[in-house]
Amino acid sequence: MFDFAVVTQWVDTLLRSFLPDQAALLVEFLLVGLCLLTAYALIALALIYGERKICAWFQCRLGPNRVGPYGLIQPVADMIKMLIKELIDMNHSDKFLFRVAPFIVIISSVLAFGCIPFAKGLEILDFNVGIFFLLAVSSIGIVGILLAGWSSNNKFSLIGAMRSGAQMISYELSIGLTILTMVVLSGSMQLSTIVESQANGWFIFTGHIPAFIAFVIYMIAGTAETNRGPFDLPEADSELTAGYHTEYSGIQFGFFYLAEYLNMFVVAAVATTLFWGGWMPLHIPGFDNFNMIMDYIPSLFWFIGKVAVMIFIIMWFKWTFPRLRIDQLLRLEWKYLLPINLINLMLMVLIVVFGLHF
Amino acid sequence: MIDLKETIAALAPEAEFVKAEGKPLEVILPSSAVHDAMKKFRDDKDLLFDFLVCLSGMDWGDSLGVVYHLFSLKYRTYLVVKTIAPDREKPQLYSVADIWATANMNEREVFDFFGIRFINHPDMRRLFLRNDFVGFPLRKDYDMSEENNPLVMSNEESDDMTPVLVTNEKGEVEEKQKVLFEDSEYVVNIGPQHPATHGVLHFRTSLEGEIIKKVDVHCGYIHRGIEKMAESLTYPQILGYTDRLDYLSAHQNRHAVCMCVEEALGLEIPDRVKYIRTIMDELSRLQSHFLFYSCLCMDMGALTPFFYGFRDREKILDLFEETTGGRLIQNYNVIGGVMADIHPDFVAGVKKFIKYLPPMLKEYHDVFTGNVIATQRLKGVGVLSKENAISYGVTGPSGRASGVSCDIRKLAPYGVYDKVDFKEIIYTEGDSFARYMVRMDEILESLHILEQLIDNIPAGDYAVKTKPIIRLPEGSFFKMVEAGRGAFGVYIESKGDKTPYRLKFRSSCLPLVSVVDLLASGAKIADLIAIGGTLDYVVPDIDR
Repeated sequence: MFDFAVVTQWVDTLLRSFLPDQAALLVEFLLVGLCLLTAYALIALALIYGERKICAWFQCRLGPNRVGPYGLIQPVADMIKMLIKELIDMNHSDKFLFRVAPFIVIISSVLAFGCIPFAKGLEILDFNVGIFFLLAVSSIGIVGILLAGWSSNNKFSLIGAMRSGAQMISYELSIGLTILTMVVLSGSMQLSTIVESQANGWFIFTGHIPAFIAFVIYMIAGTAETNRGPFDLPEADSELTAGYHTEYSGIQFGFFYLAEYLNMFVVAAVATTLFWGGWMPLHIPGFDNFNMIMDYIPSLFWFIGKVAVMIFIIMWFKWTFPRLRIDQLLRLEWKYLLPINLINLMLMVLIVVFGLHF
Repeated sequence: MIDLKETIAALAPEAEFVKAEGKPLEVILPSSAVHDAMKKFRDDKDLLFDFLVCLSGMDWGDSLGVVYHLFSLKYRTYLVVKTIAPDREKPQLYSVADIWATANMNEREVFDFFGIRFINHPDMRRLFLRNDFVGFPLRKDYDMSEENNPLVMSNEESDDMTPVLVTNEKGEVEEKQKVLFEDSEYVVNIGPQHPATHGVLHFRTSLEGEIIKKVDVHCGYIHRGIEKMAESLTYPQILGYTDRLDYLSAHQNRHAVCMCVEEALGLEIPDRVKYIRTIMDELSRLQSHFLFYSCLCMDMGALTPFFYGFRDREKILDLFEETTGGRLIQNYNVIGGVMADIHPDFVAGVKKFIKYLPPMLKEYHDVFTGNVIATQRLKGVGVLSKENAISYGVTGPSGRASGVSCDIRKLAPYGVYDKVDFKEIIYTEGDSFARYMVRMDEILESLHILEQLIDNIPAGDYAVKTKPIIRLPEGSFFKMVEAGRGAFGVYIESKGDKTPYRLKFRSSCLPLVSVVDLLASGAKIADLIAIGGTLDYVVPDIDR
């Protein structure tokens, strides 16, 4: 299998050959940052296009089809429109917090994005408590959302932000516990190690029952965490117009919009990494020839393919289900998901202790 | 069968009777006796006039007054009660809002247009017009010049207080101020520009966290004064405005006015016209219910069913367009018949549609009705009891969901509804889910009616010839039809001119919006959306 470390190492040696160590490092930082942000923007555009097409097909429509072939340029055109729109200041709003809020949201999302192992040897932030870091940075986003709702001086925004706060804090628990379940199985918190340890079968198969339960809960909680339907109460358009980002315009709104899509990507990517082997090809122990053929497919493709399936499932939720009410949402978490999750964690510990997994 | 006249005379000895042939009994009561007599009319077990159909303010030139149309759901009898306010300068009448809750909104409307103040009414504010409006526009002596009411460019302040007239222990009337919203309350304006209000309707909602404490409905953002305009229009001209009331029941509204005028003139309508009108009524009901389904799903956050509903609604609109030339507003009924004969492909088109729909309906139920989130959001939410439904005058699918048998097609058949076999869908739960299911079941019943009619349209004229200028005989006329979302009525008072002296529309949606406060108090914000979605009001019909 092609290891991206070859490329990165080559760049590293090339830079060090004519630059001092510190300067080479600086250039590398810049390059990595540039690649990351480009990937971030491109993925967001692809997701927006994908969502529009997919929901159009669900709804007996065609979706964007005028700008460029098959409407491919549509998200780009939308992005340009969003960039050149006026930023409107609200009267009596807290201007500083109002402007800071979208940055907090997007920084949290970019940091989480940076943790994802995209392919073999293609990890940016990878250290021994990587999954901890991922959880921590992805939680910062809620601060931005609360600030946005609070500083807008709009009652709808405030209600939306409060809903969002209650929702995200609740579902963070489920996400944390499901991840913990999988950490118990893998025995590591480093994302690259977690992927490596799935070489002989993805965790969803090796961890069987508890892993599957954890996966289902993770997908539910992940959808809730990204504020997407059927859990899109914070921005429930028929109730709160646009929730916490009602008063935002132009690129400030664009940041929220981007962050929402990228959070969906991060959730799908973490699901892929924890349950479906990340970039690891499908390996069946004992079928060596089959495994070898699978290895010929580049790891990046494996990763993107799996993430696409996860994203499709999340979109499928959104375009099928009606929205929950806030008390139903919280009841689902605190009365059902949390107890199931705790029992499931226990089950996983027992299975690991007695070696009952594959 | 009891003698209505005798019973009423026994209960209210002051009553004067006006009896015209072939019309419901008309009673004139002195203003001081109205309240007590009305209470007796409602409670007496031989009368049981439990349903206040229509409450219209009147200006008879020298005096102001009110006309009440009462209906007994049990005995299916009408009673018209008229009363005159004693003083034209400072007209005051006793409110009947404690007898029928629907009178609350209607009396505010009468105050708004005629300046009659109601004693013991809980909330004597204007309903449709701005608070700073000068004068009462439906009075015959109202000065329409622009200096009187110049165009105001400032925002209207919403009042937190409301004036009320109450009788004290000594029986004297005194004016007081009643508090609507305290200063400390967290009041959120849902509307007038809001996706879930389905038009420009304004709910002032007092919240405690996510829980609604009180909803104050603020109507009138698209009040166009159609009733005032009608007073200077000829009858064929008025027809054009009826389509723009409840635009989803455009055909039925027009049907009501046409029938009212035709009955007043004594016109004999050919059978072919009756069939065509009934078929069009049912098609209108279908497209209205499809729009209901679509919008409810969208309000609940399910966006895909929205498109399913609209996909199928388009097919009906295509059928309309073929025959009438209009899609949303058909302008099809005229006095004496319909505008043009049906299109040669119409029958085939309707038959195709009847075949097409049932599999689609299954899709609707699969994607939304059976969904666990949808049922949880709708079941047990916004329960309207049968008593309240009657008291608030809630009719149509929303009334039937509360167990009130209020289908005008059954109570007082018109068109060819007496010749077709169909069920009146009644649910007893009264919650949002029942309101939803009534409409979904009515779609099937409408298809069933269409099936029976479409093959049997008799040959004949599609309209009878009427005089070029239509003058109604002197008198008052009232006609109701079952529109998409309730009983829609037309009350015409004529002095023998080519224009009506007074025309009043019994709105099917005003009672619906008046129950919002009752249903949503104590519920959550999201429930308000579900309640509003299942009540399915159309704002132009409220505001008129």
